[in-house]
Amino acid sequence: MSPSPSPSLSRIPFGAGGDDREVHDDTSSSRSDLGVGGGTAMRLVVPLQGVVQGRGGLVLGSVIPCALFYFFQLYLRRKKPSSSPPTSPFPSSGDLPSLSVIPRTTSRSFFSPRSGSLPAPVSSHTAAANKSDACPLSAGHRRFVDDPYHPTSNPDGVIQLGLGNNQLLLDLVRDWLERNVNASLLKGRNEDMGLGGMETYLQYDGLMDLKIAVADFMGQVLQGSVSFSPSQMVLTAGAASAIETLCFCLADPGQAILVPSPYDSEYEMNIKWRTSVDVIAVPCRSTDSFNISVAAIERAYNQAKKRGVKVRAILFSNPSNPVGNLLKRETLYDLLEFITEKNIHLIFDELLVGSVHEENNTCMNIAKILDAEDFDKSRVHMIYRLSEDLSLPHIHVGVIYSLNDSILASAAKFARFSSISVLSQRVLVTMLSDKRFILEFLHLSRARLINMHRLFARGFKDLNIDCVNGDGGFRCWVDLSKFLRSYSVKGELEMWEKLLDSAKVNMMPGSSCRCIEPGWFRLCFAALSENDVDVVMGRIRRAIDEGHKI
Amino acid sequence: MSATAEASKLLSRRVTCNSHGQESSYFLGWLEYERNPYHPLSNPSGIIQMGLAENQLSLDLLETWLADHPESTDFKKAADEAGSSSLFRDLALFQDYHGLPAFKQALADYMSELRGNKVSFDPKKLVITAGATSANEILAFCLADPGDAFLIPTPYYPGFDRDLKWRTGANIVPIHCSSSNGFRITRHALEQAYKHAVVKRKLRVKGVLVTNPSNPLGTTMSPDELRTLADFIEDKKSLHLICDEIYYGTSFLSPGSFISSIKQVVDGRPHLSDHVHIVCSLSKDLGLPGFRVGAIYSDNELVAAAATKMSSFGLVSSQTQHLLSAMLGDGDFRRSYTAENKRRLRERQRRLVEGLRNTGIECLESNAGLFCWVDMRHLLAKTGCFQAEMELWKKIVYDVGLNISPGSSCHCSEPGWFRLCFANMTEATLDLAMHRLRDFVERDEAIRRSHRRPPGPAIIARWVRRLSSKRRPLMQLSR
Repeated sequence: MSPSPSPSLSRIPFGAGGDDREVHDDTSSSRSDLGVGGGTAMRLVVPLQGVVQGRGGLVLGSVIPCALFYFFQLYLRRKKPSSSPPTSPFPSSGDLPSLSVIPRTTSRSFFSPRSGSLPAPVSSHTAAANKSDACPLSAGHRRFVDDPYHPTSNPDGVIQLGLGNNQLLLDLVRDWLERNVNASLLKGRNEDMGLGGMETYLQYDGLMDLKIAVADFMGQVLQGSVSFSPSQMVLTAGAASAIETLCFCLADPGQAILVPSPYDSEYEMNIKWRTSVDVIAVPCRSTDSFNISVAAIERAYNQAKKRGVKVRAILFSNPSNPVGNLLKRETLYDLLEFITEKNIHLIFDELLVGSVHEENNTCMNIAKILDAEDFDKSRVHMIYRLSEDLSLPHIHVGVIYSLNDSILASAAKFARFSSISVLSQRVLVTMLSDKRFILEFLHLSRARLINMHRLFARGFKDLNIDCVNGDGGFRCWVDLSKFLRSYSVKGELEMWEKLLDSAKVNMMPGSSCRCIEPGWFRLCFAALSENDVDVVMGRIRRAIDEGHKI
Repeated sequence: MSATAEASKLLSRRVTCNSHGQESSYFLGWLEYERNPYHPLSNPSGIIQMGLAENQLSLDLLETWLADHPESTDFKKAADEAGSSSLFRDLALFQDYHGLPAFKQALADYMSELRGNKVSFDPKKLVITAGATSANEILAFCLADPGDAFLIPTPYYPGFDRDLKWRTGANIVPIHCSSSNGFRITRHALEQAYKHAVVKRKLRVKGVLVTNPSNPLGTTMSPDELRTLADFIEDKKSLHLICDEIYYGTSFLSPGSFISSIKQVVDGRPHLSDHVHIVCSLSKDLGLPGFRVGAIYSDNELVAAAATKMSSFGLVSSQTQHLLSAMLGDGDFRRSYTAENKRRLRERQRRLVEGLRNTGIECLESNAGLFCWVDMRHLLAKTGCFQAEMELWKKIVYDVGLNISPGSSCHCSEPGWFRLCFANMTEATLDLAMHRLRDFVERDEAIRRSHRRPPGPAIIARWVRRLSSKRRPLMQLSR
């Protein structure tokens, strides 16, 4: 903010001009560079030829112009990528080596006006998005929508284990909504906050009431061990936009964010697609139970540095999606040291209710960090997946929590593009303030989550299949590699297709999560009921038995 | 702490740059208003907000409907009505970003009805977004790569600088319209802007964006203007046309007559259908800004598919969609609301125009929107430049106590125009605003009269002023 309004004011009408001048200057200077380059080249060639010919060196006379021409070409090619904007290849989960038929580089030229094949050229974002429809995630979901499983009405339908929708407590939430929504809305209308008071233009980042309720709720789940400040929060319409917003804040196009792999297949879309920020996967291995080590992160960081890519942050999901691990306390402290040393940011993408698997397990990393001393907390940011955590698939709220004021300020401005309906905010305020409901919710949630984990672990043990014994989350990460016909991504996709075709179970293949070891699959069980677990296990058993026979 | 300062330096250029325009006078006026807001009882001398294009004239109609239809917010009844496939079951099946089919259908019906049922909208081609802001940004992301440009006729909504440029890296090149023809878009102006973008600034032009009805002018586009635009898009082959029609429902012409929509023009030229994208919203039409519901309508399948995926970065809660589908699905309410809302807007607009006329201030003749485009050129200081406009604006904000938007914040090429909103306040507040303005103008005139000079130099001064105001656009571009 400028101290006095007048200088910045008078600049406004020309602000656009000022901005654009940079672009203008850029192009004109690059053009004049080229002009000079070409001109001097020509001017050089002729006298050189003369000199050389004068001494009778016909060979040299032809070599020098050729060399100049070659270097000129080289110069042009070098120049090109820097002047053209960075393309953002669409980060679809299905952009697997075996599936991506169209080479990435064609997307731009294909849609450029000069090619003439399409009358209305669109951006690289659009071009990239439309390549992604062939990915296993979309294909599997389409199969599910066409033929959804239902225990009584469609027992032979497709069971969807690929989507991460948490519906474990949908019944509880639904009952609450049915009882309360009407009342809460009417109450809102009589107060200052009624329809007439919805001047939300200046608070895109969420109503203060909701921020207070969310902070209280988070404190309640962590049993008061940490207190959260509502003023350190920005609310967005869904976790996807919370992640994207942070990426917009932290990194410029071409810079990178390190993410331990396997990671959530949606990350690439959230991080890369519109921001043009790169994702660098830091592979974790089954031998370490897919736990991350700071050594691996350092290796990835150094490799990126060698390639000239600037790393701006590390992003973790916690409990890790898809594996289900929680970050170990020692690793966390090593990480904090690492990011301080390298001067980068750390982002945690966290669940709260969903990650409490063992009792008395304070799981949230940010909670530990808020307690930590002697540490610059302004470089750690949290994304909290509120709607997923609360089994609220139809009210989309993501939370950004940060102690960095400038990031908060800009995230609040970006929230303009993803603000939440005031109606939904008011419903959530009422729900989160209903302490009795929240207590019941937390109790039931934990019980059901532990139960589901137990059922799945037992089921896979009976099938003699290994699965990572996760600490939380709504997912199971299983190893089917011994059933693969060929130990490769191709073999994994064959397996996925077989499970979808014959067993009618849609899981997510590990390659969609950028897992480097083929044969791992992610199963989301949060949309299942207890009775469905046996059905799933039975189907997997049959598919495996069939595979053995062949 | 030095470490903190160091870490905060590690932000992206988008954050540290200033292209979001948050520092513009448009927002400064708002900050001033926030500090000292008018209230009839607690702060009668505070600043009256006339910079907020919000419709609060017909909220009572919405509230009555909500009170009469409790089932629209009731999840249980919703489930019963839909039979076995309850709302919750649907939610489990659908991926978030496709939008509730019932809501999309209701919205498509509503959009056709607003346009006199002369055009029809296919609900499958609608993309639901979190407000028109997000819709515009998504379209910019879909159509333009960083460095590409959009042409926009001036004066334009100040927020576009942020919505279209900030995160997308796209540019805006103004199409200069002048008061001499009521700020209408001409082929000449379009060609000039295009030439300027392509030849002078070396930008790849991706499209033209227009608001119809216009924000800030409050005027609607004539069929001729729409044809000019369509011709231009057609001749240039590879351009897109974004029509922001978020004020469509506010056009308060005489009942029974409808303003023309770009959709009509496109229906007559099917080969253009892939090039034209319409943005609409319920914030202005229905007066529900808090619900944050906007939409993109596009025949272009590539764009619609990409926009649908992008809408996952700003989702509208299904509960909100459910309520609105009930509200918009009620045909009788929809029609009576639209008619009554337009009647009230017309009445209110006339009140503002009358009030200004009594003060000796004229407005651009308008027939839509929640604001008027007001001509205060005669109140500017002798120099008549943009600096004079800023001085006048400051006087009006700080001394008169009205937060209005100066034309320069809308990139108007002529100084002395202001946007005044009239639908976000009560009648009494509007009258008070007019009263304050009249006092100010009278005082101002008294001062002017006492400083009156012989006529000779004045004519020369006026001549110089006219010259300088004509050259203004050129200077602006070269800066």
